[in-house]
Amino acid sequence: MSENKLKMSSSPHIRSKVTSSNIMLYVTIALLPASAFGVWNFGLSALVMLVCTTASAVLTEYIYEKLMHKKITINDYSAVVTGLLLGLNMPPTAPWWMGVIGGIFAILIVKQLFGGLGQNFMNPALGARCFLLISFTSQMTTFVYDGVTGPTPLAQLKSGEMVDSMSMLIGRIPGTIGETSVIAVIIGAIFLILMGIIDLRIPGTYIATFVVFIGIFGHFANPEVGFFDPQYITAHLCGGGLMLGAWFMATDYVTSPITKKGQIVYGMLLGILTGLFRLFGGSAEGVSYAIIISNLIVPLIERVTLPKPFGKGGEK
Amino acid sequence: MALLTFKGGIHPDDGKSLAKDKAIVEVKPKGDLVYPVSQHIGAPANPVVAVGDRVLKGQMIAEAGGFVSAPVYASVSGKVKAIAPHLNPTGGTVNSIVIENDGEYEEVEYPAVRPWEEMTKEEILNTIGTAGVVGMGGAGFPTRVKLSPKEPDKIDYIIANCAECEPYITADYRCMLEIPEKLVGGMKIILKLFDNAKGIFGVEDNKPDCIEKLKELTRDEPRMEVLALKTKYPQGGERQLIYATTGRAINSAMLPADAGCVVDNVATIISIYEAVAEGRPSMERVTTVSGDAVNEPGNFRVPFGLNQAELIDAAGGYKSEPEKVISGGPMMGFSMFSLDVPITKTSSSILCLTKDEVAKYEPTACINCGRCVDACPSRLIPSRLADYAEHHDEAAFTKHEGLECMECGSCSFVCPAKRPLKQAIGSMRKIALANRKKK
Repeated sequence: MSENKLKMSSSPHIRSKVTSSNIMLYVTIALLPASAFGVWNFGLSALVMLVCTTASAVLTEYIYEKLMHKKITINDYSAVVTGLLLGLNMPPTAPWWMGVIGGIFAILIVKQLFGGLGQNFMNPALGARCFLLISFTSQMTTFVYDGVTGPTPLAQLKSGEMVDSMSMLIGRIPGTIGETSVIAVIIGAIFLILMGIIDLRIPGTYIATFVVFIGIFGHFANPEVGFFDPQYITAHLCGGGLMLGAWFMATDYVTSPITKKGQIVYGMLLGILTGLFRLFGGSAEGVSYAIIISNLIVPLIERVTLPKPFGKGGEK
Repeated sequence: MALLTFKGGIHPDDGKSLAKDKAIVEVKPKGDLVYPVSQHIGAPANPVVAVGDRVLKGQMIAEAGGFVSAPVYASVSGKVKAIAPHLNPTGGTVNSIVIENDGEYEEVEYPAVRPWEEMTKEEILNTIGTAGVVGMGGAGFPTRVKLSPKEPDKIDYIIANCAECEPYITADYRCMLEIPEKLVGGMKIILKLFDNAKGIFGVEDNKPDCIEKLKELTRDEPRMEVLALKTKYPQGGERQLIYATTGRAINSAMLPADAGCVVDNVATIISIYEAVAEGRPSMERVTTVSGDAVNEPGNFRVPFGLNQAELIDAAGGYKSEPEKVISGGPMMGFSMFSLDVPITKTSSSILCLTKDEVAKYEPTACINCGRCVDACPSRLIPSRLADYAEHHDEAAFTKHEGLECMECGSCSFVCPAKRPLKQAIGSMRKIALANRKKK
């Protein structure tokens, strides 16, 4: 009888259409404006870097899984996202092989050795960036723009100079490939919010906390700056990797808290750490370190922010 | 005013348009009828007929096996052919009375009905119990027991569960449209049992016609109110419904009565009305047949015991070969490997799908996206509970409130990694509950 063909399974018998690879694909799409702007802003070397980091990340994942006889998961786009993010965090002038090393490090050391997708304890792209920062400090912190090697606006800000916020908003400034254009990053972020991939909880708290911190402590770092100086705050918001970090890396599902309250705490921690590093640290930038340090604290944050169940106070 | 609702939940495609506009059609059985003695929670009923006996429609064939139990009535006249184990819709085998239908539908003479207004509370309760009324939404809890809380004076709300939040099912919807006076009548009867209670009809706002109809019928009923609820699954979950309509919250260790509430669904309340006001025992119900594999999806008034394959025929048979057949809704129903099972008191729907969309998905790694946390109406962290379950870590599972899960399946629905979250949590819950009982 035909009935023998009936499939059996436990309920529910329907699923939403959203899949992990959809999500990663949308994140990749959301990174394209920043990527395109980076290539336009910095030229061919930026394109070469993006290709190197992305290709090496995907290839590393493929080869590792092949050698370990694991299921090949490069179709889920997660390695693409990692590679592309790493590329966007590289100076356009860094040699291409550095991007390749970064891609391999991100996937092999930070992601696969800890168990692959979902198991990494820190953002692979940022882990690799920080590894490169420590290993090749000068190439990773030298920024050339229009043929001139000069300080980034954040570095200028740190040494007390004034900067042009408008060109920072558009992105016509030195920096890493993907971080310079606030507008391009925000376009991608709006796309992710509209598609329901990210919400405002982490990036909103992060940016708000950062603004408050900078508004208050900016004065102590540089006595010429007043409390809540709008120009100073705008420059800090548009400078460095804050926007790229807040919208694309702090929101990484795997390395951020799953609890709602925890996401708020995490965002606040990010804002405070970024402010501390930028104002009182040795370097002008601090987003990458703020994020990976907060990544490490996520399990602790989750432990103290477990939700209350329905009927035990959690219904409201 | 913002619509009443709860936190969490999901919005699946509701599929209700397939059967929504199909008026209820009566189905006469052709083949044998099978009556499991256990169609309810509690002690199985004890057969009071023997093989070879002739029984009439409306005759009791099995009596309640205890206080928490319910009798079973014949829905046709005919001969008792066998009393033997038979497959039931949830996949188990249950001792069942098989009656060979003689096609005459000769009915017993019911005792004259006394106006229920003149009956005492005790008489009403006994009538409901004797009629074999149980919760027809799926749980099958004997209604007489539910209506007998320790302190009836402390019941503030009788909530009619008119949400029907499961996709595809439209049986309650049709009843509300076609026989709303029985629903309101049933509510009146229940309110008579609870002097201090108010009757609430909680209807999802995707059924504006029902809301309007019920409002019209209850205009002159000071003790009744119709409330529109946000359309969201599982709005009809008992805890969610109580919260949405009264703002009171109960956990898994509490009964609705602890929050001063009694919840019954549409079919149950209509069954109460038929038992008390019409003197007819519980022997039929309205069942939706739907899904893209059936020719004529619709809503059918079916006698208990009817073979489900016969009901598919009544719906025009299969349009195409189904890959999956579900007893109940797609969120909480049971998939069936055979249709040689009877309609029981809790059969709200048969769903025939040409494609089993679950089969095509292979679970992948959790990416910690938190969609399950957003969806969980019990406000748990399903992905973590599923991890504990997969590692057989009962202590961690219980510590993180795994027992609060009501297995609505919202987490599995939203999971982008297609992990069988509810399935893992459900299995662990059964183990944890069994171990708790042992202690």
